[in-house]
Amino acid sequence: MASATTTPRRRSTDRRRGETGDPEQKGRGLRRGGKSHTVGRRREERAAWILALPFLVLFLTFTAWPVIQSTFMSLTDTQARDLRTPFAVDFVGLDNFSQALADPIFRQAAFNTAYFVLVGVPLTLTMALAAALALDKGIGKFRSFFRLGFYTPVVTSIVAVAVVWRFLLHPDAGLVNTVIGWVGVDGPNWLGSTTWAMPSLIAMASWRNFGTAMIIFLAGLQSVPWSLHEAAAIDGANAVQRFRHITLPLLKPTILFVSVTTAIGYLQFFEEPFVMTDGGPLNSTISASMYTFQQFSFGNYGYAAALSYLIFVVIVIVTAIQFRVLRERD
Amino acid sequence: MSFTQQEPTVRSRWWLYGLLTAALAAVMAPFIWMVLGSFKSNAELRQAPPTWWPEEASFNNYIELFSRLNFGQFFFNSTAVAVVVTAGNLIFCSMVGYALAMLDFRGKNVLFALIMGTLMIPGVVTFVPLFVLVANAGLVNTLPGLMLPFLVAPFGVFLMRQFMIGLPKDLLDAARVDGAGELRIFFRVFLPLCGPALATLGILTFLGSWNNFLWPLVVAQTEDTYTLPVALALYSTGQNATQYGLLLAGATTVVLPVLLVFMVFQRRFIQGIATTGMK
Repeated sequence: MASATTTPRRRSTDRRRGETGDPEQKGRGLRRGGKSHTVGRRREERAAWILALPFLVLFLTFTAWPVIQSTFMSLTDTQARDLRTPFAVDFVGLDNFSQALADPIFRQAAFNTAYFVLVGVPLTLTMALAAALALDKGIGKFRSFFRLGFYTPVVTSIVAVAVVWRFLLHPDAGLVNTVIGWVGVDGPNWLGSTTWAMPSLIAMASWRNFGTAMIIFLAGLQSVPWSLHEAAAIDGANAVQRFRHITLPLLKPTILFVSVTTAIGYLQFFEEPFVMTDGGPLNSTISASMYTFQQFSFGNYGYAAALSYLIFVVIVIVTAIQFRVLRERD
Repeated sequence: MSFTQQEPTVRSRWWLYGLLTAALAAVMAPFIWMVLGSFKSNAELRQAPPTWWPEEASFNNYIELFSRLNFGQFFFNSTAVAVVVTAGNLIFCSMVGYALAMLDFRGKNVLFALIMGTLMIPGVVTFVPLFVLVANAGLVNTLPGLMLPFLVAPFGVFLMRQFMIGLPKDLLDAARVDGAGELRIFFRVFLPLCGPALATLGILTFLGSWNNFLWPLVVAQTEDTYTLPVALALYSTGQNATQYGLLLAGATTVVLPVLLVFMVFQRRFIQGIATTGMK
């Protein structure tokens, strides 16, 4: 986004393109007139659609159509055996949705997902902001070295790190309990406990993901003018006060943006319980996505579609909030 | 976005370095332990307290991974899918991105709105109907079935459009005056200028494909089509759940190539995240 706003205005000699060079501007003047212009215009239009065609075909087939189809499917009792005749199924109205809301496991999964998001997002953001602040103004050397290190987990497969963390959290042979044992704490059986399994997954997710938020915070901190800090420091404000009254308000749009994108990701968490706990113990870590996948593998396609639709609705609401927030920023 | 403000002379604080180093150690420890553990025997991995350095380092886990288990095949599948998906995104997304940034055509605003509106549609929303579609096309348990749904992504279009909108439009007019065809102008004039954006998109797409899990888990049903994450997840929850050494070697096989790519291209990654706010 930044690249678009900082681009110097193109100074086109061609009036045809209008004065601003803004492609979104509607009703651009086509004042050159004459036949050659119409031919050129038609050629441009044809070229644009040729360029867009492969994308459109793939996009409409594999994204747009399934989105529409999922609406339909969520209102039917489609089963795996109906695979070849997706339209010859019974329309059941909103039954799938009322079933979902009454389904104790789905309610548990929704609760777990909310838990994961509501604890995971603040934790991830706090870690990210602390790292970004330390790297932005705290140190002079090795800044990019630390940045690289903190970002590393983000690029790795969640499945692979979940496998590794399962070992790290092993009650006897795990690294975590060994380390906290050094200070005399007897660590629990993390993934085997209904109390500790979810916090363990949240800790792992925050460890893996805080790097992304940190990078965005570092970019956001660039827009906090140092002169404000200097002026406040002269007026006797200490570091904590300056953080609260200068950095934090100026960073607010970035914080909102990052919390929304992180929340959207966390709302779909799936690999962590799939690999580490299989949703257990006693469904204490089953997520909405994981339960949807389970229903799908049982062959309950209509019900699974309804469940994923519910997840989608929540994501749309969160995205809508994001767009509002972004508009306020402009 | 570079401010010409006076950078303060940063007073480096030793305690902050200490804190950051400790944090970095905590961030990297799982990876180091994973790599070291992949050379340990099962018996050693069960020991309490755990060892850090392998007592008797051996490649046995890797040998078994690639001989008894089919990890060579999974590695190939993951690579093939990621390469094709990346190529598709680079070509098709830059084509649309160019049209949206430089050309004028009816329906442009609708197309752009469609792309922006679907930027965030998550895989969990579409996988059930998508599976029905792919199943009816006879593509379940095939590599094309793993690739096709990911050949284009709205995010790629968005990224390419944002980049190309910053390229000088004079080039387009000049090339037209010289009589070049519209498609030729895109391929010969503009595409070569998109190096940085293509690199960012390519790396992010490759990575996303390599780590993708839900869709391959749904579509790949036998070992000939498993990708690495699917194989690792199913082994770690199935009959090999107690083969600790094997699993750590498997995790290393999944993670290490990506880490190497990341170390080489890290600047592009970080730029990509900072400008788009997405990964």
